[in-house]
Amino acid sequence: MARKQNNTITWDTFSEGLWRENPVFAMLLGMCPVLAVTNSAINALAMGVATTFVLLASGLLISLLRRQIPKQVRIATYIVIIATFVTIVDYSIQAISLDLYNALGAFIQLIVVNCMILGRAEAYASKNRPLKAFVNALGMGAGFTFALLCLGVVREVLGAGKLFGFDLFGPQFEPWVVMVLPAGGFIVLGAWLLLFEWFKQRKAQSESDAVVEVR
Amino acid sequence: MSVVEEQMQQPAAPAGPMIRTLVSVAMLSGLLMVLTFHFTKPYIDENQRRAIEAALFQVVPGAVTRRDFLVTEKGVVPATEKKQPGDTLFYAGYDDKGKLLGIAANARAQGYANLIHLLYGYDPVCQCIRGIKVLKLAETPGLGDKIITDPAFVANFEALDVTLAEDGKTLANEIVTVKHGSKQNQWEIDAISGATISSKAVGKALNESAKALLPMLVPNIEVIETRSEEQVTGETGNM
Repeated sequence: MARKQNNTITWDTFSEGLWRENPVFAMLLGMCPVLAVTNSAINALAMGVATTFVLLASGLLISLLRRQIPKQVRIATYIVIIATFVTIVDYSIQAISLDLYNALGAFIQLIVVNCMILGRAEAYASKNRPLKAFVNALGMGAGFTFALLCLGVVREVLGAGKLFGFDLFGPQFEPWVVMVLPAGGFIVLGAWLLLFEWFKQRKAQSESDAVVEVR
Repeated sequence: MSVVEEQMQQPAAPAGPMIRTLVSVAMLSGLLMVLTFHFTKPYIDENQRRAIEAALFQVVPGAVTRRDFLVTEKGVVPATEKKQPGDTLFYAGYDDKGKLLGIAANARAQGYANLIHLLYGYDPVCQCIRGIKVLKLAETPGLGDKIITDPAFVANFEALDVTLAEDGKTLANEIVTVKHGSKQNQWEIDAISGATISSKAVGKALNESAKALLPMLVPNIEVIETRSEEQVTGETGNM
């Protein structure tokens, strides 16, 4: 197999997950936890950190084992590795705070089937050196956490009048309840996607304008 | 041999490396999980104990220590043996002198979105429910969760009457949830307008649990009181 590898780690290795290939805003991967647990900022942050940990640990291990794993059983192996780290996260969150564990509910276990993690294992960790895979996973995890926080902050502020549990507006505030319900998740996600797409288009527009001027 | 046949035969990859990889990855995974389980168990147990006690001390005001009991076919026994299906677990709360203040038990019923899980405190002196604590709730925020936040609704459980009937086999009056503003008796729950289904679920959960537990518990209340006196000194050491 012709393996053409670029082993240099650049800022792009990290930052592509943050922005250009953001798992939520660009690739629209792993939408289930994005919509389900972002009803408060703290839940969003915890989910993001938990997913990032699984992403980092599984990416590192898969990258280390990438030459040992036969192609035919690679998906099964990846899933076992991912499930192991999810179980570790599951127990750790129970040990840290039962309230948080109850708030996140089944979505901790469901990190196993977050297609972003399997996607990174298949598309990146299995083809790159451990350190590079790790840096990339860190960027992807940060991008995922950032996206969850974008949703969580908006939904908590509008839907409960709070941020990280602190009251923002006082007792007169009438919460916009739909925002913490599932429908609010879709509305806020749609609004963010619209905003990011608008940014991207504007940037592309100004770049193509620049090209025209050079000619 | 044609090209097609050659390609068909080629993918017969050796099974050895596959089995070796899967077995070793599975073993590594098992090892990591066992280690995690081992290291986190004391913290998880401690968290669960604290969660149960926080809830118990809330529904049995003044309690500082607890002991667990099971209602089995044989009667009320300390929850030292393993819980069998059909047994009901409940917690007894005592003050610092080891005096029984009340018991707490779990109740649940189908609410609007999902099961509502409650812990309620029973006071054997007034034969009434002294407080409820919602353990798990998936009701609509802003509507169904008023069963936690609405002060008028919570006031239903300052002294909800659950006196046993003459024969001791059932409640004298079943707990019923009535329309908002029409509560007349001590065994009625005044529903929240706008959250009727959730309010009714609370009533149903309490009624079913109390109806099953109290006829078993009340004749055996001495078991809980006396056992606490002989063992409470040893128990507090662990707390």
